[in-house]
Amino acid sequence: MTIRSGTLLEARNVSKTFTRGRWYSDCGVRALDNVTLSIQSSSTLALVGSSGSGKSTLARCIAQLEKPDLGEIWFDGRSLANFTQAGFRHLRKEIQIVPQDPSASLNPRWTAAEIVSEPLRVQRWGNEKKRYVRSLELLESVGLDNRAPHQRPYQLSGGQRARLALARALALEPRLLILDESLSSLDLSLQAQIINLLIDLQATYELAYLVIAHDMTLVASMTDQVVELCKGRIVRQEFFPC
Amino acid sequence: MLHVENLRVSYAGGGGTQTAVLRGIDFHIAPGEVLGVLGESGCGKTTLALSILSLLPASTSVKGSIRFLGQNLLVLPERELRRIRGERIAMIFQESGSALNPVMPVGRQVEEVIHAHRDWSLDRLREEAHNFLGQVGLDPSIAQAYPHQLSGGQLQRVQIAQALSCRPTLIIADEPASGLDPAAQAEILEMVVQRTHAALLVITHQPSNLHVLSRSVAMLRGLTSRVLVMYAGQVVEAGSLEQLETSALHPYTQALLACSRPSGQPGARQKLPAIPGYSASFFRLAAGCAFEARCGRRQAVCGEREPDCVDVGERQIRCFVL
Amino acid sequence: MLKRFLLRRMIHTLLLLLSVSGGSFLLLELAPGNFLTEAKLNPQLSPQTLAALHDRLGLDRSLPERYLYWLKSATQGDFGISFAYNMPVSVLIWPRMRSTLLLTATSLGLAWSIALPLGVWAAARKGSSLDRLLVLLTSGLLSIPELVLACGLLIVAAKTAWLRIGGLPLAVCVLAPASLPLLLRHIRAGVLTASGASYVRAARAHGISEGRLWFRHVLPAASHSLISLFGLSVAGLLSSSLLVEVVVGWPGLGPLFLEAVAARDFYIVAGVVFLSANFLAVGNLLADLLLYYGDPRIRMT
Repeated sequence: MTIRSGTLLEARNVSKTFTRGRWYSDCGVRALDNVTLSIQSSSTLALVGSSGSGKSTLARCIAQLEKPDLGEIWFDGRSLANFTQAGFRHLRKEIQIVPQDPSASLNPRWTAAEIVSEPLRVQRWGNEKKRYVRSLELLESVGLDNRAPHQRPYQLSGGQRARLALARALALEPRLLILDESLSSLDLSLQAQIINLLIDLQATYELAYLVIAHDMTLVASMTDQVVELCKGRIVRQEFFPC
Repeated sequence: MLHVENLRVSYAGGGGTQTAVLRGIDFHIAPGEVLGVLGESGCGKTTLALSILSLLPASTSVKGSIRFLGQNLLVLPERELRRIRGERIAMIFQESGSALNPVMPVGRQVEEVIHAHRDWSLDRLREEAHNFLGQVGLDPSIAQAYPHQLSGGQLQRVQIAQALSCRPTLIIADEPASGLDPAAQAEILEMVVQRTHAALLVITHQPSNLHVLSRSVAMLRGLTSRVLVMYAGQVVEAGSLEQLETSALHPYTQALLACSRPSGQPGARQKLPAIPGYSASFFRLAAGCAFEARCGRRQAVCGEREPDCVDVGERQIRCFVL
Repeated sequence: MLKRFLLRRMIHTLLLLLSVSGGSFLLLELAPGNFLTEAKLNPQLSPQTLAALHDRLGLDRSLPERYLYWLKSATQGDFGISFAYNMPVSVLIWPRMRSTLLLTATSLGLAWSIALPLGVWAAARKGSSLDRLLVLLTSGLLSIPELVLACGLLIVAAKTAWLRIGGLPLAVCVLAPASLPLLLRHIRAGVLTASGASYVRAARAHGISEGRLWFRHVLPAASHSLISLFGLSVAGLLSSSLLVEVVVGWPGLGPLFLEAVAARDFYIVAGVVFLSANFLAVGNLLADLLLYYGDPRIRMT
């Protein structure tokens, strides 16, 4: 099977069925149905679709939070099905997910510096001092000022918290960042600011993005590929060569 | 019908300090009219909505006047207010999931609203509740469901059913379309305009919602809807949506609308016209215009005095740069 | 759904009863001496009589043997024979069990019927002078041990004709106030927490009257924590009742139990413990069922 050079992630014929239906779901219980797509390094794929179309499920499969029932996910030319435990640990560094409500995923008792260095601590990166220095770097790279490292989430505004969540996701230098509607809870002007930041970060760190959004308007500029899902199936795939 | 004059609201902070959240709001709504309030988080729009129905905590200081059909709502006793809430003025809250009681079936929650204002039998209450649930596009069998079993869109419709159930004269909707995808948002907004003749006060932070609203209102009621733009507790601009779109006067309005209409080509990596800095923090409001620090057209006078709101034809603007 | 729930709870209860009864057997065995220790000191009893007694009481058998044998009969309602009274334990226990149940149920009912409306009222009037007074009173009552309360009321009963010593009203007057402060505090806190939710503000925006709001909207939402509290209060009340009965002279399980423990009257102790554990288990099962029906979110998972 030939892998195109520069292809970071591929999903091949991914299908997933959930066994528990909910009251409102007339989409049935098949969350994903034969989805195939690929993301190149340093590119952005926008995943759109209405509620229940399977966008979040696909993101979770890619982030290894769920396993697809059928099909495979390939990262960097290797199938995830063949990964060992050690391999998965390494993989978690490469793919990071920024959740929908950034504020809710921040530990209210920790300072910003502690929050950002947590992934480093978990992966046993460096020592205390090195981690602290790196956390300061990260906070600066997302545009937070020098007061931020010692502040706690409740002292930061919504936009600052979103930046903090972003900084944490970048701590382990991932190659793919999944933004699961991470911006939709923010005000328009803040969304615009963060999107500009994401564009900068992509250029600096060669990041690939998988952006899940309801609405393409703001993310259009930074998108190279759009995939639209409906009831788990791809109904539209468009490329925008730049 | 509703006249708000010089509304000033401040929260009591720790240590006897007062934080001003609304700093002199003036507007009015005519019967059947639709007024949109555009603003981002922290501008005080939710506080505005809550203050109309006197739902703010007791420790809040509210000054000014809110006249509804001749009565000043701010000085009414609780008993009178209760008669107005839900029946003459209804409110739809932002997060439907948390605005509905988790241990009560949704049908009963609609019944409760009607029951609070009408002395009807249980059967008649149930019938009426089912009627309104049907009007908002829900199958009446949903009446026995609990909130956690329903989707966001359905919960929002339940709230709308509650708001419509006593046929109010004014409906205040605080971000009625939040958390929904664009198609559902448009549906909900159109439905609200369609299903009632009441005046609407719609609070939102997305200009796209205002477009949908304005179209529906023009089509169904033949009226132009007005928009108030709020920033840091004040109205900085007011006018019809069309006027704002084509010739916005205030730098904040211009910047905000520009954000929502990015013109770049897909894939071009063109940066969006973002407004630099963060929203004005009420704890550190300096002298002068609240938007001054982020304004691209600021002048010396902007940092010294606060601009007053002036009328320009049918519009209002609070800015020195004119 | 319900069947699986009940089955699980039944199994839990069974395990509970087994471990409690087994545990009490073990504890009693570990206590130094046995029933015949006292008798051995009596010079009038010959060694042969003692040996015969020993055999008859089954004290020569090993602990696990005795336990299993007892367990088997217990399931049939036969709790063995009391050493001291020389009567079947069940004959001794049942009337006393009824008395204790009467006392506990009455106190429970009284305490809750006062605490619930008062707690809701205090939460609704949070910060008012009356609410603050209530908090002060409950703190005061909490710090008075039941024993002191019991003795105090005994004196009142002795000096006046209001309460008869050994009667139900006196016992209830000690037991109910003992649990009241804690109940009040927790009910108030639980209701207060529930009242901070957005849907309460939304209900107010709909014009729902205050009374209906607190009792038909806030209280059901708070029911989760309140039902758990109910389960705990049953347990608490039962254990305090044992001591209170001894002091005020209520002919319940308390005095019998105390006597039996002191005398190492094995089977009475085992019987009382077993029945109390049963009672508690049933109480908790009831609480769980109430929770199941009260909170739809639990029902659906």
